[in-house]
Amino acid sequence: MTLANLLVVAAAVFAIGLFGVLARRHAIGVLLSIELMFNAVNLAIVSFAWSRGLLAGVVLVLFGIAITVAEIAVGLALVLLASRVAKSVILDDLSELKG
Amino acid sequence: MRDLAFFGLAACLLAAALAVVTAKSLFRAAFALSAALVATAGFYLLLSAPLLAAVQILLYTGGVLTLVVFALVVAGANAEGAVWRKPVPAVFMSLAVFAVLAASARALPEPAPLRGLESGKDVGLLLFSDYLVPFELLSVLLLGAVFGALLLARKDRPE
Repeated sequence: MTLANLLVVAAAVFAIGLFGVLARRHAIGVLLSIELMFNAVNLAIVSFAWSRGLLAGVVLVLFGIAITVAEIAVGLALVLLASRVAKSVILDDLSELKG
Repeated sequence: MRDLAFFGLAACLLAAALAVVTAKSLFRAAFALSAALVATAGFYLLLSAPLLAAVQILLYTGGVLTLVVFALVVAGANAEGAVWRKPVPAVFMSLAVFAVLAASARALPEPAPLRGLESGKDVGLLLFSDYLVPFELLSVLLLGAVFGALLLARKDRPE
């Protein structure tokens, strides 16, 4: 278990999440993929913190997790609003702002 | 032993991550996400950060998953038609990002003595000394998020 291996795993999870964000049609699917990307970044931060012995990295990830929980709460509220106002949560249908 | 745990956890994490983006039913995707989050908590344990592993499972897996499943019940979990929109360019895009990230990870110099992390007690001390102001600001942010979510999702919106 080396730092490089940990970072490659984190990069792979990040790339998979990026694919989900780009390709998923359902809004909640995109939110789940964002969570995946965020999780990969956290893993990378903790790996660096572990390799350098820096506890500040752990604190950073704690803050990050709390902020993500806030983000997902607001994001899901937006999805519920979209499902009520636009009657759809498929991102292709929510394109009124497209010029 | 440590390496074995590392590769096992990595396999679990990658399989769960693939399931999140490929599952047709979003309920399955949500549960795959919870598996991925638990696998990440395993990584945190392996990286000697047990406090983070506990927070990850309690707050993240427990809290977020409940919210997501609730939203799926209300908004509907299945879309008609394809799961993805234009998957081929997205695959190329994410492969390119992976190549860049993995190459730069490989190019990093390995830190000679791996220092490891100390106990959770020191994290708590750090949180309430050096990081006290961000910690308090975070509570304001969470309160704002609760109000924002309530305001967005309530039924009787004044026009």
